[in-house]
Amino acid sequence: MATSEHPILKPFETNCKFGFRSLSGIYAREWGVKSLLAACALLSVLTTLAIVVVLFTEATRFFHADRVVCDAVTLQDGERVVCDTYVATSTGETAGDVVTCPACEASHTLPAAVTFVDFMTGTEWNPLIGKETDKKFGVWALISGTLIVSLIAMLVAIPLGMITAIYLSEYAHPRVRSILKPTLEVLAGIPTVVYGFFALMVITPGLQFFHDGFSTFNATAAGLAVGILCLPIVSSLVEDALQAVPRSLREGGYGMGATKFEVSTKIVVPAALSGIMSAFLLAVSRTVGETMIVALAAGSRPHLTMDPRDDTQTMTGWMVQMALGDNSNFDMTYLSMYAVATVLFVITMSLTISGNVVRNRFREEYQ
Amino acid sequence: MTRTGSHPLSTLADRIQPRDRTLLDKSFRWFCIATASTSIMILVVLLVAVFYLGLNSLNWNFMTHYPEPDASAAGLGPALWGTIWVCIVCGMFALPIGVATAIFLEEFQPSNKWLLKFHGFVQLNINNLAGVPSVVYGILGLTLFVSMAGLFGTPNEPLLSVGVRYYDQFFTAGQKSLRVPVADPAQPNTVAEPGLRALNSDNEWVVANVVDSRRDLPRSMEERRYAIIQGKSSGRIEEGSWYYFRLPFGRSVLAGSLTLMLVILPIVIISTQEALRGVPQSLREAGLGLGSTKWQVVRNITLPAAIPGIMTGSILAMSRAIGEAAPILILAGAIFLTNNPGSLMDDFTVLPLQIFDWAGRPHREFHHLAGGGILVLLAILFVFNLTAVLIRQFTQKNLT
Repeated sequence: MATSEHPILKPFETNCKFGFRSLSGIYAREWGVKSLLAACALLSVLTTLAIVVVLFTEATRFFHADRVVCDAVTLQDGERVVCDTYVATSTGETAGDVVTCPACEASHTLPAAVTFVDFMTGTEWNPLIGKETDKKFGVWALISGTLIVSLIAMLVAIPLGMITAIYLSEYAHPRVRSILKPTLEVLAGIPTVVYGFFALMVITPGLQFFHDGFSTFNATAAGLAVGILCLPIVSSLVEDALQAVPRSLREGGYGMGATKFEVSTKIVVPAALSGIMSAFLLAVSRTVGETMIVALAAGSRPHLTMDPRDDTQTMTGWMVQMALGDNSNFDMTYLSMYAVATVLFVITMSLTISGNVVRNRFREEYQ
Repeated sequence: MTRTGSHPLSTLADRIQPRDRTLLDKSFRWFCIATASTSIMILVVLLVAVFYLGLNSLNWNFMTHYPEPDASAAGLGPALWGTIWVCIVCGMFALPIGVATAIFLEEFQPSNKWLLKFHGFVQLNINNLAGVPSVVYGILGLTLFVSMAGLFGTPNEPLLSVGVRYYDQFFTAGQKSLRVPVADPAQPNTVAEPGLRALNSDNEWVVANVVDSRRDLPRSMEERRYAIIQGKSSGRIEEGSWYYFRLPFGRSVLAGSLTLMLVILPIVIISTQEALRGVPQSLREAGLGLGSTKWQVVRNITLPAAIPGIMTGSILAMSRAIGEAAPILILAGAIFLTNNPGSLMDDFTVLPLQIFDWAGRPHREFHHLAGGGILVLLAILFVFNLTAVLIRQFTQKNLT
């Protein structure tokens, strides 16, 4: 192809006609563009910073929620008006004491302030059913829900994803690959709310058909759907790791007379182990943060259980319930959403970071 | 291949017949095929279930009408328009910023030690941001965009508000509405007094027929159109123009779009970086050799060559934004809307949220509506993905 017809080099001609002539002008523009691009890059750093600051300040407010917000409803001009005034506590009042709202003189019982230790070690979570003074915020009730759903999801996603990846990387004929790969991409592209619908409409009735013990909302259906969601993620990450193993290692194996099975399981998989581990960690992190499926299919009863047939509530499920509810904005129950989000963020972030570290640190270099 | 079984150091595994080993290999192959085809089976079952549940609810009324409580008349008009609004606004923010960040990371590798550290930090940060659950972005958007941390007042009493008109609305005895424009939103609601001038539903000025008591009301419905009983109080309504803007954003289209922008930004950045890495180094070096500056090389050589890849990645990122429900759910809650968003500051809902609302109800009819909504959503995503695939197919050129 002649240079003048090259589609990429064409804009050069027009650019020279109207562009800067003086060298200092060019340098100034260069500097300006570079600063603009750097500012855009800075935005992502600021996003991380904002996430951390917002989560931790709001979570701190939850732990200092030693005040009540008046929720008395009055009728003004035919409209329901919520009083929404802070009832600050003066010193000497403890949980269970009655305080009076300065604006509308409704009386409120002071809730017990939640300490960080109570929150992190408690196993009971009942802010929506208990009385104001008996509210318990023990996050393990929610973490256990997340754990059981993640466990079921991983039991589906890791074996299926792993074997699919080995098949795609080592065995599959290009024609099979050209069907299987897009299928996995389509599965990965389906919105999570669709999987939630699928879990509720197909998986749960299917489970109930085999066993009567499953309730309408249960951890198994949600876990299976999350597993299906994670299957393409695991398989594509593991496949990338397997593909990174150099051909020479495989050929060495074949030269020794090994079968494909032996090369895959004894040479390629061990060589790609760090990539595979990182894929598992990233998939678990994705599972823990999954929201719509568990909100639809797992139920809304936070309790410490390991029975997969029972309904349960995950951390993300609680956040959705709070977002849907009409709690007044500064209520302690509502603020607990931020504390739960902080725990969720810390868990997923550490999983993601360790996944990335494992991939970068323990990657064996083959030359 | 000869057997090594006679060798004293051979292990049990070595003594397996070559025939057994090939058998194991063959059976593993079939096991792999069976496992891998489960994903195809799952996809087929999912699509069949969605089509079975949702195909009947697809009609024109369903596409345009608002989600009434009555399942037979309900539609997803506002959700569809909300999705379109959010998609466009989110793309307008996310694509330029994402591509710019990727260019900065890929094409402007600094020589300075500290700047190099900044580069590495930004890259690490983006990789980790991609792993943050979208529901956490919802929490961020709630504080950062909806309430703006309370710095600018509350969404109901915004500090800054442009392009909104307030009216006091009366309902007349003839079931018509009359609106009185309000100059200052702080003053109390208008009360019906004799000689009240107001706008009717056709935006014409009329003089209301304010009567003393219920007994004085005219008999015919025609005459009752502008008849109001004296002392009747009005309700304050607001009407935003298309350029309506306020600080803080409230639970608006703009807040949702910006939150989704943060969700898809890492995806746009990473896919753009991959597209830029695909451009051969020799092209850049040719440009630099001709005396171009780094930016000139990017603008005239690298970016045009990487455009197909960038577009493919961007379209896939946008389809992620369309399907994302969790951040919008945290941000806006499940709200009942009867009209489509008309400005950046209007309340909104999106398709996945409407589907979530319907799917979560106990009645079977709503599940069929949810199935129909999913079909619409999947159709949009299908078009997006098809475009991405076509771009990939038709623009693949060997640049080396």
